[in-house]
Amino acid sequence: MSKAHVQTTINGEQTEFLCEPRQSLLEVLRETLGFTGTKEGCNDGNCGACSVTVDGVLIDSCLMLAVEADGVEIGTVEGLATPESLHPLQQKFLEHAALQCGICTPGFLVASKALLDHNPDPSEYEVRHWLAGNLCRCTGYDKIVRAVLDAAQEVRASA
Amino acid sequence: MSSGNGYKVIGTRPIRHDGVDKVTGRAVYGGDTRLPGLLYGQVLRSPHAHAHIKSIDTAKAVALPGVKAVLTGADLPEAGDTIVDLGEGPARLKYMSDNVLATDKVLYSGHPVAAVCATSVHIAEEALDLIEVEYEVLESVLNVREAMQEGAPQLHADMTTQEFGEDTGKTSNLATHFQHKLGDPDQAFASADVVIEREFQTATVHQGYIEPHNATAMWNSDGQITIWTSTQGSFTARAQTGAVLDVPVSKIKVVPQEIGGGFGGKIPIYLEPIAALLSKASGQPVKLIMTRPAVFESTGPTPGSYVKIKMGANKDGKIVAADAYIAFESGAYPGGLVGAAAMCVFSCYDIADGLIDCYDVVLNKPRSFAYRAPGSTQVAFATEHVVDLLAAELGIDPLEFRLKNSATTGTRRIDGVVYPKMGCKEVMEAIRDSDHYKSAAPSGSNQGRGISVGYWFNVGLQSACTASVNSDGTVSLTEGSTDIGGSRTSIAMQFAETLGLTAEDVKPQVVDTDSIGHTDVTGGSRVTYATGWAAYKAALDVQEQLCARAAQLWEIEADQVKFEDGTFSSGDKSYTFKELAGHLDETGGPVIGRATVNPDSGVGGSFAANIADVEVDPETGKVQVLRFTVIQDAGRAIHPSYVEGQMQGGSAQGIGWALNEEYYYSDNGHLDNSSYLDYRIPTCLDLPMIETIIVEVPNPGHPYGVRGVGEANIAPPPAAMANAIGNAVGVRPQELPMKPGRIVAALATGG
Repeated sequence: MSKAHVQTTINGEQTEFLCEPRQSLLEVLRETLGFTGTKEGCNDGNCGACSVTVDGVLIDSCLMLAVEADGVEIGTVEGLATPESLHPLQQKFLEHAALQCGICTPGFLVASKALLDHNPDPSEYEVRHWLAGNLCRCTGYDKIVRAVLDAAQEVRASA
Repeated sequence: MSSGNGYKVIGTRPIRHDGVDKVTGRAVYGGDTRLPGLLYGQVLRSPHAHAHIKSIDTAKAVALPGVKAVLTGADLPEAGDTIVDLGEGPARLKYMSDNVLATDKVLYSGHPVAAVCATSVHIAEEALDLIEVEYEVLESVLNVREAMQEGAPQLHADMTTQEFGEDTGKTSNLATHFQHKLGDPDQAFASADVVIEREFQTATVHQGYIEPHNATAMWNSDGQITIWTSTQGSFTARAQTGAVLDVPVSKIKVVPQEIGGGFGGKIPIYLEPIAALLSKASGQPVKLIMTRPAVFESTGPTPGSYVKIKMGANKDGKIVAADAYIAFESGAYPGGLVGAAAMCVFSCYDIADGLIDCYDVVLNKPRSFAYRAPGSTQVAFATEHVVDLLAAELGIDPLEFRLKNSATTGTRRIDGVVYPKMGCKEVMEAIRDSDHYKSAAPSGSNQGRGISVGYWFNVGLQSACTASVNSDGTVSLTEGSTDIGGSRTSIAMQFAETLGLTAEDVKPQVVDTDSIGHTDVTGGSRVTYATGWAAYKAALDVQEQLCARAAQLWEIEADQVKFEDGTFSSGDKSYTFKELAGHLDETGGPVIGRATVNPDSGVGGSFAANIADVEVDPETGKVQVLRFTVIQDAGRAIHPSYVEGQMQGGSAQGIGWALNEEYYYSDNGHLDNSSYLDYRIPTCLDLPMIETIIVEVPNPGHPYGVRGVGEANIAPPPAAMANAIGNAVGVRPQELPMKPGRIVAALATGG
């Protein structure tokens, strides 16, 4: 199968790759480009472990073809921290013990970042509503919701 | 930061050691394994629930460009009649082998029949479509009671019922029938003032871990096999894979990658031998990742059940007799979880006379495996329901009734076990003393409150630790327990406490099977307990060696050196741990502490309880959780945040089991809801905050009093929810899940 040439931006870095038309963005991120922070949980758009942003919009990367990534800006979990420090969401997830096995964590972090970009002062209900597309089987969500609310407060305070 | 419990590290909440890797996406999980020349595998699965395999033709798949190897069950070594015990009791190797790749028969929809590896996962998928399997489809059976009946479709022509330890010689789907009996239950029931009997059913449910099963293997030309996988037990995976491949364990190295959830479901192997054989055939490393439908159709699940409970009590509120009839689905192969259910069914109560009658039954579903306190949830759902009914019949408050009948230290269970020091009553008292229970029960229309209690053991088993002292005074701690939820840190904290170090001074890592002594599975609530104990012993070993080093420097005898609060001293001379660590090179070289444990006594169990407030929508049957509290005896909470996390996670799983989750089969045995969309686990929008109360009744069988906390918390939620629903709308469901349609139907018929 002939491959398509795709030029895209990942975490601010211009990138190009070749892919088959049938490959998902998730597959190319993980297997071709080595961005294995984005996880595969179901490959059918139901668990949110593969959450990334495309031009700022939160999506499941398993549901987008890689060829559709041409000319867009992709944000993954690898782009959240700076060399100097973790993003407040990452720090609060650690402080609140908001992860156990950690497989859903990158998806939750990317989704939570998209929430705070969209709504810097969410209520508990708004956090739960926004994150309902991300499944966690370990935590019961309590500590995740608390971590996101706490991080939101910190982001607002430092804005 | 001190915890106020007399310890410096235990009871505090440090950041977990693997935390930064996990929030930045750097942690390497099984599916993230990347190797030069990596091939991708896929597995062909049976579309039929029960069929003879007449033939498999792989020629077209082999011919597809990009395909490097194709396997069928015929490529596995002949298992014969070998019996193996690989951590789950004696079992026929053929059953384990046939579950990896079927040979003569498929026994459930999703049963693996062939496997392919190719240069891309898509080519491997295309190749699966080219494999031609001819089946002779047989009638299937999917219900535990139907499977036990005369004339039911038989899964195994050579399986005979084992009854009370004897082989009956009778071919049947009933694998095992056994009983526990204490006292004279018939006479005790005859003397009871009130007797209540109810029957219950629970659906087959799945552990639901977000990470699919995976395995990557390289079979080198020298016969050495390396397997990178997500497993709850690297040594168990090695032993099982070795048995199926008929290869000595010394030829296999299992490298446990980070694991994305297990809950019991990642103890058995599925893909490891397939990846290894595909690698052997192709000469390249091969990675397999299960599809999500395959995870649901072919792994786990935990058994559906039929349970009948009869309990009798006196007017003064004492339970005098209890009988249980427990039939559990074992799935396609025998050896299910009914034995554990028998030990849990009346575990919270002191009952002098009783009978527990148990049936392990095969049927056309995937082989069932452990799921968090395996077997306990099904029977707690039944027992706690009847306990509430007895209390109501006697006019006694349900919590008072439980307290009056609570099992306690020294209670003999019906299965014979006499409890060591344990915290059942303390957990019940914590319900009574909680803010939640003291607040008024919700009193709106269709609102109600329910309580329940549940139990799970700790197992001991084997663990090993080594500890290398670094010259800067930190310690590199090596262990073999794969870390599903922060156990590296809880183990490191016990090590740190013992040597007066901080949690951050200890650098724990989980290593492969060539790099540490045998360590049993991450399961049975054993890791913080047993591997923590090994860490404690390794710390004592380090301490002893460092005392000798200090003695050498001071030119005195080692027994003249005292160790206290992280300082070695003799008279007015002293070294802190860090100072002394800087003198190793001049006193003989490196110091490595080591320890192994296999605790078989004083292993403490853990009790958990719930208070649940719910509201039922009588039109739709939807049950909303208004408020939920979980209480559990942790013995000693090493890292309270992760103890709370276990309690909250088990609660969420229990609520899902209570309200939504079930395997939904069509009549021909096809699993119709093998996606997260249709097998609906709770989302964060379905749940409230989950309040936690940690009770600490230290386990005298552990140096720091630890009780494993991973499991008991899933036992009480379905019962608490049923009791709450009963109090809300007057109908107390006897079948799980308590899904909307079932609630509406129950309201329409009054039960």
